[in-house]
Amino acid sequence: MIGGGSLMGSVDAGMLIGAVLLEAIVLYIGYGAVEQLLGEPVVNRIKNN
Amino acid sequence: MSLALIVMFVGFGLLIGILFGFFGMGGSFLVTPALLVMGYDANVAVGSGLAFVFGTSVIATLKHRDLGQVDYKLGVLMIAGTTAGIEVGKIGLEYLQHIGLAGSVVSVAYVLLLGGIGVFVTYEAMKGSGGGIDHDVDEDADLEDEEIPEIAQKIQSYNVPPMISIRGGFRVSLWMVLAVAFATGVLSGFLGVGGGFIRMPALFYLIGVPVPVAVGTDLFEIVFSGGIGSFLYAQSGAVELGIVAPLLAGSALGARVGAAATNLVDEDDIKVYFGVMLLLGAIAVAVREIGGLLEMPVLDVVSLAIILGAALLVSGAVVYSGVTVLREDASAPPSTAD
Repeated sequence: MIGGGSLMGSVDAGMLIGAVLLEAIVLYIGYGAVEQLLGEPVVNRIKNN
Repeated sequence: MSLALIVMFVGFGLLIGILFGFFGMGGSFLVTPALLVMGYDANVAVGSGLAFVFGTSVIATLKHRDLGQVDYKLGVLMIAGTTAGIEVGKIGLEYLQHIGLAGSVVSVAYVLLLGGIGVFVTYEAMKGSGGGIDHDVDEDADLEDEEIPEIAQKIQSYNVPPMISIRGGFRVSLWMVLAVAFATGVLSGFLGVGGGFIRMPALFYLIGVPVPVAVGTDLFEIVFSGGIGSFLYAQSGAVELGIVAPLLAGSALGARVGAAATNLVDEDDIKVYFGVMLLLGAIAVAVREIGGLLEMPVLDVVSLAIILGAALLVSGAVVYSGVTVLREDASAPPSTAD
């Protein structure tokens, strides 16, 4: 039999890992967009300095 | 948690991300020793380290997903073996915590592991072969042309049924795959590492999996092993989102910088620094342990400074080399070959 505390612990743990997964996906998409937007101008600036 | 600590975690994550993006390995196993040095409990350091590895591997796998370099059958077998190994590693760590030896044993294991790999990579790099194997994504790789190491050929020759076919055109015993997965899983659960920096060479050198497939399959597997491992630790409250979230925010950005640098800098030129960084990591953990034995808290600070300094030194060298190559390219006269 699964105790209530244990189940709550699993739910909390699942939500925590889900939050890490969500953050990773958001960061991947977000930084990808930033790279598309600013990548070339930054490289050109480095080359010209 | 103070703002200064969050900024420090983001900065440390950035350094680790640059190393991960550039070398395709390393970095993540610096997190747990750093957390230990900062005074976190061993289970929090390991659990949060695993959660960070999970997040980082999700990001890396997303980059590789379209390249077709994942052997899903091998990946599922690795997951089965690794999951069992993580459970054993976690039980071992909890037992050591029960008898009050967890911090010391995890630290000594780190010293041996980081030191051993550091010596190997430095030796190979100084010998001229570049050290270890290439972890970069190679879209043009021909799997049939991959050279199979001698040890792997020997292992493939053992006909212990059931035999399974691996992408790349060869067959290997199921038991050998499970043994490699289990061993890396034990290290994963015990030390809070993804196990990729051990499993990758093991897949290549011991089983003979072509490097591109080993990279993709390893990343696919780390998503699950890191996720399961961190879930198990999170159940006992050993994962701190306040540590993982800022580390991940920094490392995701650093990984892009490091990955961009791989297109510019010759990896062999800088691998010797990577080996030195691992050795410094081993020294840092050893210094901390000596500080604990001699009851000298100042050595904890020295240890943390060595870890941060080593990561800063190597990631700085990567960025500096990338910028130098870009500027050299810009100032070079245009080719007249056409």
